[in-house]
Amino acid sequence: MALLEAAGVTKAFGQLTALGSVDFVVEEGQLHGLIGPNGSGKSTLLKCIAGAELPSGGRIRFRGRDITDATPADRARAGLSLKFQVTSVFPELSVYDNVLLALQARSPLAALTFSRTRAGLHGRVLEILGELRRRDRAAAAAAVLSHGEQQWLEIAMALASRPQLLLLDEPTGGMSLEERRATGELLVPLRRSCSIVIVEHDLDFIREICDVLTVLDQGRVLETGTVEQIQRSRKVQEVYLTRV
Amino acid sequence: MMPARALEGLLLVVFALLPLALQPFWVIFVTRVLILALLALSFDLVWGFAGIMSFGQALFFGAAGYVVALLARDAGVTSVFVVLPAALAVGLALAFLVASFLLLGRHPPSITFVALGTLTGSYAGDRLARGWYYLGGQNGIPSIPPMTAGPAQVSEGVTYYYLALAFLIAVYAACRFLVGSQFGLALAGIRINEARMAFFGYSVQLLKAVVFSVAGAIAGIAGGLYAFHEGFVWPNMLGVILSTQIVLYALFGGVGTLIGAVIGVIAIEIVSFVLADAYPTVWPVILGVLLLVVILFRPSGLISLFVPRRIPGEVDGAA
Repeated sequence: MALLEAAGVTKAFGQLTALGSVDFVVEEGQLHGLIGPNGSGKSTLLKCIAGAELPSGGRIRFRGRDITDATPADRARAGLSLKFQVTSVFPELSVYDNVLLALQARSPLAALTFSRTRAGLHGRVLEILGELRRRDRAAAAAAVLSHGEQQWLEIAMALASRPQLLLLDEPTGGMSLEERRATGELLVPLRRSCSIVIVEHDLDFIREICDVLTVLDQGRVLETGTVEQIQRSRKVQEVYLTRV
Repeated sequence: MMPARALEGLLLVVFALLPLALQPFWVIFVTRVLILALLALSFDLVWGFAGIMSFGQALFFGAAGYVVALLARDAGVTSVFVVLPAALAVGLALAFLVASFLLLGRHPPSITFVALGTLTGSYAGDRLARGWYYLGGQNGIPSIPPMTAGPAQVSEGVTYYYLALAFLIAVYAACRFLVGSQFGLALAGIRINEARMAFFGYSVQLLKAVVFSVAGAIAGIAGGLYAFHEGFVWPNMLGVILSTQIVLYALFGGVGTLIGAVIGVIAIEIVSFVLADAYPTVWPVILGVLLLVVILFRPSGLISLFVPRRIPGEVDGAA
């Protein structure tokens, strides 16, 4: 059974059809890239999966459970985690608190009120910040981080709940070449613990880290296959050569 | 400038010693300030920490006041051990009922919806009390017998002052504990970016309903204390004017700090008293201008004159 199955997903905004009957499957342990020209529906599909948008039609199943109409919180509790395209860290809070906020999300109300999980989560927060090599920035306000650092913090927050499927919308947007390389190094080992769907414009980055690619064009799936298959695809070449 | 904790300690000492130096009239005046400070804390908890704009805190305050007044008038119940828990329960239950309508829908409500919903509740409470003969109509319920503790009466004066102070200290400490807990961190997240919190898996609306109900309980305690202190209740205790005044207390003192709400009440009540004495006809206009000046030029409130800005998200154990 696939981890995620989207079948015939459509999304219309008034007269505009952003997604037209998209089928999309993610297997366990897969690093799945979602690419396509601007306006092809990549981010919309990701939002439909995460619950930020409700599809106009079609069904989405996650670990065999129909989540089409589930709230974002229900999907998060089921094991889905989203990193938004625009960084949405909590600027007024410290880096430490940003991670703790994501980590403690599933703690019961009584435990939160009496801070019973704080000591237990403290080590995990430091561990996550250590993986990001940002432990020294724990007390800094998230607002003072560079754009690249905020992107990493956002990824760390998305990972904090140990999701089974991590959805990353342009994780390297606005990053320098060095930061992109470091982001790739950060993401590849994660496949041991979760599947990842990445929406990216940087095709070199996608080629280096993904196993499977799905190409969207004008709200429809143009092609799905391995990186090599996609690179050889005449349809994909046409889209990228003529429209990008 | 001094740390917020030092200011809290200073106020605690001043309030603890004040009755020793004050005339009875001023003891009664400051007792009223202490009770209103409880009410302002309830608003600061929901708006300053959870981002819920409640224009209806007076509803919980007034409803609890009316219930304890009825208990005293119709059932002869005046025991502090019954009436104050009853006031707390009324505030809690009514706030949860309002939260169920306004906050617990499938989709997150807008700030405007909640603000107008709570304002409407406050207005409806006021109209209901004015029109219901059993509640005394426009006149309210006068001559509430004094609160009792066993055989002793707890009537206005030094004893009542220390009762109100004890409740203020206990509620303040509980609020400080709550906002400093992981629950408080979740509230901060909701205040800053509610939508993002849902994607972490938080039951955002439930958390908001919980803090709203807790604030309602605090307003309820204040209402119970106020009713017995003043000896009567009247429709204004439920209404829009008091609800708005509570917002002004917190804005004037500084929201999201707890101590700011207390300072706001002290400042507004003292200034109102002095102005009303000196300028009996135009004092509300002068007070209004003063409030505008502070809110425009000191958006962080009076508290920013005394303590440095809070370091965002500073937590124990960070780094």
